[in-house]
Parts: sequence; structure tokens; C-alpha cells
Amino acid sequence: MSAVDWIVLVGTLVGIAGYGAWRTRDVRSLNTYLRGNASTGWGTIGLSVMATQASAITYLSIPGQGFESGIGFVQNYFGLPLALIIVCAVFLPMYRRLNVYTAYEFLGQRFDERTRLLGAGLFLLQRGLAAGVTIYAPAIIISAVLGWRLDLVIVFTGTLVIVYTVTGGSEAVALTQKWQMAVISAGMLTAMVVLLLRLPPGLGFAGAAHVAGALGKLQAVDFSLDPSRRYTVWSGIFGGLFLSLSYFGTDQSQVQRYIGGASLREGRLGLMFNAVLKIPMQFVILLLGALLFVFYQFAPSPVFFNQAEWRRFAPDGRFSAIEAEHLRATAESQSAIRAWLESRGTDDTAQETAARAAMVAASDRAHAIRVQAKSALAAADPRAKIKDSDYVFITFILTELPRGAVGLLIAVMFSAALSSKASELAALGTTTTVDVWRHLRPLAAADEARNVRVARRFTAMWGVVAVAFALFAGFAENLIEAINILGSIFYGVLLGLFLVAFFLRRVGGRAVFLAAAIAQALVIVMYFSLSIGYLWYNLIGCAACIGLSLALQAILPSRAPVAGSGRT
Amino acid sequence: MTAAPSPDEDSGAEPPDLPGFRTWRGVYLFVFGWFVLLIVLLTVFTVTFS
Repeated sequence: MSAVDWIVLVGTLVGIAGYGAWRTRDVRSLNTYLRGNASTGWGTIGLSVMATQASAITYLSIPGQGFESGIGFVQNYFGLPLALIIVCAVFLPMYRRLNVYTAYEFLGQRFDERTRLLGAGLFLLQRGLAAGVTIYAPAIIISAVLGWRLDLVIVFTGTLVIVYTVTGGSEAVALTQKWQMAVISAGMLTAMVVLLLRLPPGLGFAGAAHVAGALGKLQAVDFSLDPSRRYTVWSGIFGGLFLSLSYFGTDQSQVQRYIGGASLREGRLGLMFNAVLKIPMQFVILLLGALLFVFYQFAPSPVFFNQAEWRRFAPDGRFSAIEAEHLRATAESQSAIRAWLESRGTDDTAQETAARAAMVAASDRAHAIRVQAKSALAAADPRAKIKDSDYVFITFILTELPRGAVGLLIAVMFSAALSSKASELAALGTTTTVDVWRHLRPLAAADEARNVRVARRFTAMWGVVAVAFALFAGFAENLIEAINILGSIFYGVLLGLFLVAFFLRRVGGRAVFLAAAIAQALVIVMYFSLSIGYLWYNLIGCAACIGLSLALQAILPSRAPVAGSGRT
Repeated sequence: MTAAPSPDEDSGAEPPDLPGFRTWRGVYLFVFGWFVLLIVLLTVFTVTFS
């Protein structure tokens, strides 16, 4: 990176973090620290919700997904607008009316303290275990590509986010996220413009889109009912609705983003902002990846995009035959694409069809060589990282973007990591303070200054845990998938608790607590004894919690309500 | 145990205050309509370029 890139990168990251910490240095009110500024408008809330969901992996991996498999992944977000409508109509008004700091306080008011602790415990377990991933996952990619020390990248990112999140709490998180989203939007727009300008002369967006479409990268929707297909409209709507409802409705890192704010209206509009923009945003990021695929049909591309990993084995020349074959296949593919583009200008349908078939075959051959390269890496070292799609976009950034823009795009990745991490830390600190510490020290709840001090300490503690875990995680294999599995094991039951609370008014605390405990045990036993896709545990956990709650409510003898059970 | 209050109780207390929308139900219908339109547009996009 050039000096200009360094100035842009460090200036952006430190500038935003410093601004957030400085602007919120005087936060003394518990309400502001935990829920943010009481005058926050819908724009800030909307950007904050968006920034929390989109981590650095969104901007690194999703273009790679578009490059590798096309834009069908956009269907995964189809349930999100529907889930946000439900959150706006049901969850948010309830949280605001009960004036809670955390989603789990609502469980305490609706049922009892032990159900609240169970909900908070499931959240802390799941988010706490995942604490290091949002720092580790982008750090491993950026450090590999730029040759930076992984531990230093992790410590720098972690320290930056800890400083401003601990200083200003939720207010600092929302304030910095607004600027971080501005950097992210500017950076992604720059990348898209540069990509379109770098396409071969005469091809343009429409030509590139036709090539991408003909090579199978632009199938945005699939109405197939075949359950074996990975992404379809139906799995997106139903599975996506379920997952988004869990995430936006019950995960404190999101709930904390919208329960504050000036009014119910601002929170609702902030969520509707996301309901309207999320699918188009993901579509554009995926489209960027599909256009990168076309770009690399015409520009020199490595056979394996994780060049650091490739070079570990390449110096002895053992892969030179694969590299030479890849060059030949890419040249053939390029000629075939040009021939097809020329044939489209004629009226000869048969010629166009034949040219298209030749282009697809040539592209398939080039793809087969990339697969062969991955197999060769795996054969050379079974521990080699053979997934390289995460490295496609960052390779484009480093090789094709002008000075200054490289720094801006690296700042995009770090800003995304910081913004999602900050929400997680604030949520973990808040839940530990409000749902655990105040439960153990009920008399201290009235001392506002002490509560803020304790919340700062817990937020810092979770930050240190996240950094330590990210440093340790370098030794673990398939870490991200392991965290996703853990999330799926706990998310379903947590959503079940909330759905019972909202929609099954006759179910009481004893029944729902027992049901949740049994459902959670059932999910864990099933996970260790069955071999089904882990996403299904979301549905199983939720359905078991709801079904058992109804059954136990009917079976268990009724008790008189206990006075004071709704303490928060 | 406390019965869950109805979320609709105060939904009219804070109107959306958006041009063309008098109720939140109207806003939700608009967002749902936008979602349907997006699926239609993505379908057209798929058919055009595949």
C-alpha cells in the first residue's frame, strides 16, 4: 500500500473511533449508555441496524459468493422484510412500552426471573462464544493478503473498538456506525465504478451482464420446490423469515439498536429503512461479484486467489503445469466469449447457439482447472485452506484500484468489522449488567453511576475476551462453521421463548421455563445423534419450545401468581 | 406471570407521519408491496440475462 492509502486507512479508522469516543466522553446516564441518545432519529437507527448486521465478511465473502456461485444467494434475504414488519408491529412496541434495556427483561416481566435468566444466558453463551469471530475472520484474510501480522491486526482492531464502545456505550456505537456506513457506501460505490471502467472497451455493463448471465451467474430467483437446492425463493422466504425474526427480534445486539431513539416512530422507520434497502443492497454486492467474474475472464487472474497460501507451495514449481494450463484455458475462454458476443450481433441463431455452447464449455474447462488447483493444494497439505472465493474481491482491490482507493476499501473492511463488533460488545456488556449483575445485586440497581461503571467494565471484559479468543482462534479449523452451528443450537429455543411470550398469553413462566430447558436438551441430544443440516435446529428448537409450553401448561397444576415476580 | 399486553394498543398513538401514510398498516403494506415488486424485478432480471 502507498503512503496515501495508509493515510486514508488510518485516518478513517482512528478518526471515526476518536470522534465517537470524544463526542460521548461525558456519558453518565445509564439510559444513554445502554440505549443511546434519546433524540436519535430513524436514519441513525436504520444505519446502525444495517451496520450491525453487515460485518466485514459481508463485504469480503459476498462478492466472492457472486463470483463463484452467482447471485442466487440474494434469496436468503427474502424473509428479512417480512420479519422486520413483524418486529415493528409486535416486538418493538412491547419493548418500548415496558421500557426495558434488554429483550430478556421482557421475559422477566412477562414470565419470571428464571426465564429471563435463561434467555439472557442463552444469548450470552451464543454471542460470547462467537465473540472473537467478527474480529478474527476479516483479520485472517487481510493479514494474509497484505502480509501483515495477524496478531497485530487483531489487537489493533480490538483495541480501537474497545476504546470507543467502553467510553460512550450505545451512543458511541450508533454515532460511529453512521460514519462507518458512509465510508462503506463510498468505498463499495468506488469499487463498482472502477470495475465498470476496467471492463474491456465496448463491453459495458449490459454486455458484461449478458456474459455473466450466459455463464450462469445471474440467476437471482429459483422457484423450484426441490428441497435439495441450496437457495430458492421458498427457502429464502420461510427459512429467512425464521432466522431474521430470531436475529432482529431476540438478539440483544440488534434489539439495542432500535429500542432507544426519540420515539416508537423513529425505531419503526429505522427498521422499515432496512426492510426496503437490504435486498437491493445485497443484490448490488452479489452483482459486483458476478461482474468480477466477467472482469477476470478478460484480465489476468491467478489460478488460486489466496496467493499467500498458493505461494507456500509454489516456489518449488510443482504447480507450474496447472498454472500454464490455467493460462491456456483462460485465453480460450476469452476467445470463446468474444466469439459469442460477435455472434449476438448477427441474425444467425444457429451460430449464436453454437458460440454460446462453446463459451460455456470453455468456461467450464477453466473452472475445472481451478478445482484441480484446489485439489492439488489439498493433496500437498491436507490442512491447506482451499476456499479462495473470499480473496477474489480483495485481490481486485489491491491490483486494480488507484492509490487512495485501496486505503478506502481496506478501511471499508475494517469499518464493517468495527461496527458489528461494537454492537456485539455493547449488547454483551448490557445484558451482563442488566440481566445478570443487577439480578445478583438488586439493591445496586438504584445507583445509576455505579451501574454505568459496571456496564463499562463488563463491556471492556467482553472486548478482552473477544480479542483473546480471536488470537487463540488462529489454531482452530472451521471455526466460523462451528460458531454458526452453536448459534443454530441456541437460537431456536430463544425465539420459541419470545414467540410464546408474545402470542400464547395463557402460558405461564413455569411451563415455558421447563419447555425451554427440555427443548434445549432435546436439540443438543439430536445434534449429537442425528446428521441433519444444522440450520434445521433453529426450527426444531423453536417448535419444541412452543409445543412443549402448550403441553406443559395444560398438564401442570395452576399456581396463584406470586407478587413481585415482574421485577426488572 | 403477567399477561402480554397487546402490541396494537398504542400503535395508533404515534402515526407514521409520512406523506401518503396515515397508519402503520399502510406503511407495512407498502413495504410488503415493495418486497413483491423486488421479487418480480429479480425474476425479470433473471429471465433477461440467463
